[in-house]
Amino acid sequence: MKHNTSSAPNSPLPEGQPAPDFTLHTTPDQTVALRDFRGQPVILAFYPADWSPVCGDQMVLYNEILPEFRRHNAALIGISVDGVWCHLAFARDRKLQFPLVSDFEPKGRIAKTYGVYRHGDGVCERALFVLNSEGVIHWRHVSPIGVNPGADGILTALESLEMEGATS
Amino acid sequence: MKNAPTVLTLPVGPRDHIIGNPDPLVTLVEYGDYQCPFCGQAHVVVSELIRQFGPELRYVFRHFPITTIHPHAGLAAEAAEAAGAQGKFWEMHNMLYTHQEALDPPSLTRYAGLLGLDLPRFTSELAQHVHAPRVREDFISGVRSGVNGTPCFFINGVRHDGAWDFETLAVAIAAASAPVPAA
Repeated sequence: MKHNTSSAPNSPLPEGQPAPDFTLHTTPDQTVALRDFRGQPVILAFYPADWSPVCGDQMVLYNEILPEFRRHNAALIGISVDGVWCHLAFARDRKLQFPLVSDFEPKGRIAKTYGVYRHGDGVCERALFVLNSEGVIHWRHVSPIGVNPGADGILTALESLEMEGATS
Repeated sequence: MKNAPTVLTLPVGPRDHIIGNPDPLVTLVEYGDYQCPFCGQAHVVVSELIRQFGPELRYVFRHFPITTIHPHAGLAAEAAEAAGAQGKFWEMHNMLYTHQEALDPPSLTRYAGLLGLDLPRFTSELAQHVHAPRVREDFISGVRSGVNGTPCFFINGVRHDGAWDFETLAVAIAAASAPVPAA
């Protein structure tokens, strides 16, 4: 696999660590706060940019799989450094049924907190975090920037969360 | 951190739509969407591969409709299944890929008529979405096998990540069918 050459190496927050809280805009007058999702699993999907072909496929694919995510009672949040108007246009064009939040000001602050900001490129990595209902990172995965990671890893993580819940 | 292996999680079996030899050297599985223009191009490539490889190759098609951006893809997949229920899956499959510009419900009914299907049965099955669970089952089997867009091919159960033009796929299929060379 080719290593990231354009930016300093990142170290994404590891499994077992609490996911840092954030409050980010999803529209010009609405915000989404991570802590509001306590009590259910959360999928955080960091992606480089609205409109770029792979991202489009990835977010569109996740939109298509929302019923399966909901079956696990999981919420999905997409995050990039794009501004809210860009997110609004993108979400409307692709008919996305989940929030895209804007890590726009200060740019990439949340991505940096999670260790998934590409400093040379000024965008987020293509990184997935699955949080348990207490907001702790249960699984994480960083893909090569041009590769759509699909959703199998997310579904496997949600299933293993349920197994843990059933045995605890 | 290692990626999950991208292998087919739902083995090819009696539930599948299959062209070719039951005991082939190579099995090519495609996850496709009838409204996806790239899948339309891949249909031409696959038809040529089937001609070229003959009995060495077994071809399997599974549905992966991305209805978020292709609003007619879901019902088109159901139409192929409804035709399949009357023994004409591949005829409808070819019809849909050669008429990608018109996949609205009246067009689907028209194609069913052209194929000589029992129309009351066909339209009632579409109206009641009798085949929707099957289409969704295909879709989810793709998701669980690492399908991340269409068309997506698996050669002998392993995801083909390269280009899918005729030459590239023909080389990959030939490599999969070649006996392991003696050392």
